[in-house]
Amino acid sequence: MTDRPDAPRPDAPWPDAHRNDPRAEAHDGPHVSAPAEGPRSAEPTETSEIPAAPPSPRRRSRPAAVHWLGYALVAVILLTGLLSLVWTPYALSDMAGSRLEPPSLRHWAGTDQLGRDLFTQLMIGARIALIVGTGAVAIGAAIGIVAGVLAAFATRFLDDALAAVFDILIAFPTLLIAMLVVAARESASLGTAILALGIGLSPIVGRVTRILTKRVLAKDYITAARISGTGWPMVVADHVLPNIAPFLGVNLALQFGLAVMAEASLSYLGLGAPPPNASWGRMLQEAQGTVYSAPWAAVLPGLALFALVIGVNLTADGLRDRFDPAGREG
Amino acid sequence: MTLLSVENVGFAYGAGRHVLDDVSFTVPRGANVGLVGESGSGKSTLLRLLLGLDRPQQGRILFDGQPLETRRATYMRDYRRRVQAVFQDPYSSLDPAHRVQRIVTEPLRSLRLPGDHAAMARQAMTDVGMDPAALSRFPHQFSGGQRQRIAIARAIVARPELVLADEAVSALDLSTRVRIVDLFRQISTRMTMVFVSHDMGVVAALCDRLVVLDRGRIVEAGPTSRILRDPQEPYTRSLLASIPRMPAASQPEGQST
Amino acid sequence: MLLDIADLTLGTRDTTLVQGLSFSIAPGERFGLIGESGSGKSLTALAATGLLPPAIRATGTITLGGEPVLGASERRLSRLRGAAVATVFQEPLTALDPLMPLGRQIALPVRRRLAREGGDTSRPAVAREVRALVEQVRLPDPDRLIRAFPHEVSGGQRQRVAIAMALACKPRLLIADEPTTALDVTTQAEIVALLTGLVRDEGIALLFISHDLAVVGQVAERVLVMRAGRAVETGPAARVLTAPEEGYTRSLVAAARRFDTALEGGA
Repeated sequence: MTDRPDAPRPDAPWPDAHRNDPRAEAHDGPHVSAPAEGPRSAEPTETSEIPAAPPSPRRRSRPAAVHWLGYALVAVILLTGLLSLVWTPYALSDMAGSRLEPPSLRHWAGTDQLGRDLFTQLMIGARIALIVGTGAVAIGAAIGIVAGVLAAFATRFLDDALAAVFDILIAFPTLLIAMLVVAARESASLGTAILALGIGLSPIVGRVTRILTKRVLAKDYITAARISGTGWPMVVADHVLPNIAPFLGVNLALQFGLAVMAEASLSYLGLGAPPPNASWGRMLQEAQGTVYSAPWAAVLPGLALFALVIGVNLTADGLRDRFDPAGREG
Repeated sequence: MTLLSVENVGFAYGAGRHVLDDVSFTVPRGANVGLVGESGSGKSTLLRLLLGLDRPQQGRILFDGQPLETRRATYMRDYRRRVQAVFQDPYSSLDPAHRVQRIVTEPLRSLRLPGDHAAMARQAMTDVGMDPAALSRFPHQFSGGQRQRIAIARAIVARPELVLADEAVSALDLSTRVRIVDLFRQISTRMTMVFVSHDMGVVAALCDRLVVLDRGRIVEAGPTSRILRDPQEPYTRSLLASIPRMPAASQPEGQST
Repeated sequence: MLLDIADLTLGTRDTTLVQGLSFSIAPGERFGLIGESGSGKSLTALAATGLLPPAIRATGTITLGGEPVLGASERRLSRLRGAAVATVFQEPLTALDPLMPLGRQIALPVRRRLAREGGDTSRPAVAREVRALVEQVRLPDPDRLIRAFPHEVSGGQRQRVAIAMALACKPRLLIADEPTTALDVTTQAEIVALLTGLVRDEGIALLFISHDLAVVGQVAERVLVMRAGRAVETGPAARVLTAPEEGYTRSLVAAARRFDTALEGGA
């Protein structure tokens, strides 16, 4: 935790000194007023006990430019995905060109081995990646946060049991869990893939939530809330969730990246979103055989995947810095 | 008239040794009572029992003549309004995600008390010597002493009858500590207070009655002046003798009564 | 002078944490550094032993046992730290290795010193020395304590172990940074008595750092009051604590006396 008093009073004798120590008293009223004069002696200084300038509730741990790169990447991919709903250069199954054409004015990203336009596939793939990532993280977060908070509140035995379940499930590769779910549903579909990945991610979210929640529950402000008559549901909604959100958000962004890449792997194995959906993962799979003759067919979806994962992580970092009032760092 | 009465209270965590053993004392209405003890004395556990966070395994606690019913929600709501607390670490006792306004009004909201909450919060801030403009800030924008004032504002905003303070000045620097002790003295004229502390000097400055705890038992209890002047028990005597004192002043400074 | 600090300024790139600080400690002298949180007192102690965090920039001079500390190579510094100066910290639990029996932890500096002095570093010789140290810091039940792990003993006993480890180096200067702050008052009184007795008997100089005026008054002969990185007042402890000249020192002394007065029965 780096929460320390901010914004020294401009008239404080040594405005910098309190940075040395988070418990500094640099602006707790002028020290020279002899405190022993009597019980009311501090009175005149009391109202001045307030930082002069209201400092911005933000503190940045990293130059904002990096965060803006993240926002930009996410925005471009999001807009591309949205645009693909109304316009793509060609229809997805339209064999508009010859086999494995390199990028050109007609086919901005070239064509695949069936002569289909790769830029069209990349655009639709952006949409699929966003849907898969968001959907899987939403499902994983819903299950994981509930289970994690429950575990943190549970009695010793149940907590240990849930913690063990998280650990065992995490030891299973997410991909394996997802494959089991797909197998159980008997047919591969976009919904199945999202559900499978969400379930696969949930124990990771659950474990992180459990630890973060326990850390918050040990704080005095939780006891203070109980003393104030706040019931447990409100304690979770009002104190636990807001205080774990900055850390959990960053973790969920990582999970988003994992989900998008796991979907690529599922597609690669033929268990992802089935045609006519285009996914970056399946594009990679199909480009596998021609990676030397037509490298762009593999490089471009790879780059897109990379950009999305980086973009989402930087965005999460940026949002945390922006909205966490205490300016905590992971 | 007795506001709080602790009768033969015993408590142990799990099957372990007794943390509290046959503890009995009373807090008269309007009094300032100090619970003094070193680490392992059981004073923190006792405080949790008084706050209704744990239940005594032996004995009982009476508030205003009625036993504490920690399991009855309507009773506890009333108890929470009438009994509030201030904690040791002002860096941990204020939720960093909330503005001061939301922190100070939490008891009013949670207990669904009537009235203009914003006005009550402003009054509480004035009472603790803070500018009500601070209500729109976040806790990390304040120093330790200011945070403790905010915590005290939260404790008094619902106009409780009893405030329990758990080492409430121990984490503060000396100059700040004196000012917060002064603030407690002001506030204590309006309500009953129980100060839990290891710091005999602070408790002596604030309380008219002392209860000395050692390893879960009450060693000695009585008026502060009597215990300081004439401690009866060896433990109290060694405790008082261990407190480092300032070297005697060559010329007396200020007032000594 | 054993420790000589002249015009010491410490800071990060954009803040000054200690400014223009000068003081010196004679061999065998007990010196108290008083300050509230953020005064820079602990940072000064780190600077004196050459243990400043890399982000801190230092100017001025620090001479310890005739050798310059600022700008000295890590090899020279580690030799200096072994021979000239040892430190006892506020929380011994973090200063001790949780996985090593206390006896073996005390044996480490003992063996280093014996090797440096060309003495007998055989197992029985080291064990004898450890045993003597354990008795010197008046740890109860030495046989059990030597085999115990840090978490198995009380806070006061851990602090005694830390003092034994510091003594094992036979330093000329002992730095004690808030060594009793984490302890109960009864334990604090014992540790203060032990510490002052040991440095007096062994002729070790003591740099005692604390926010507690009364404790410093019991330990130190001379004190320096720091506030926000600067020296406010310095002089004989008896004079500064009874007849302070600066406004800040006066307010600190008055605050401390306030609680003393309360203990005498006045409010």
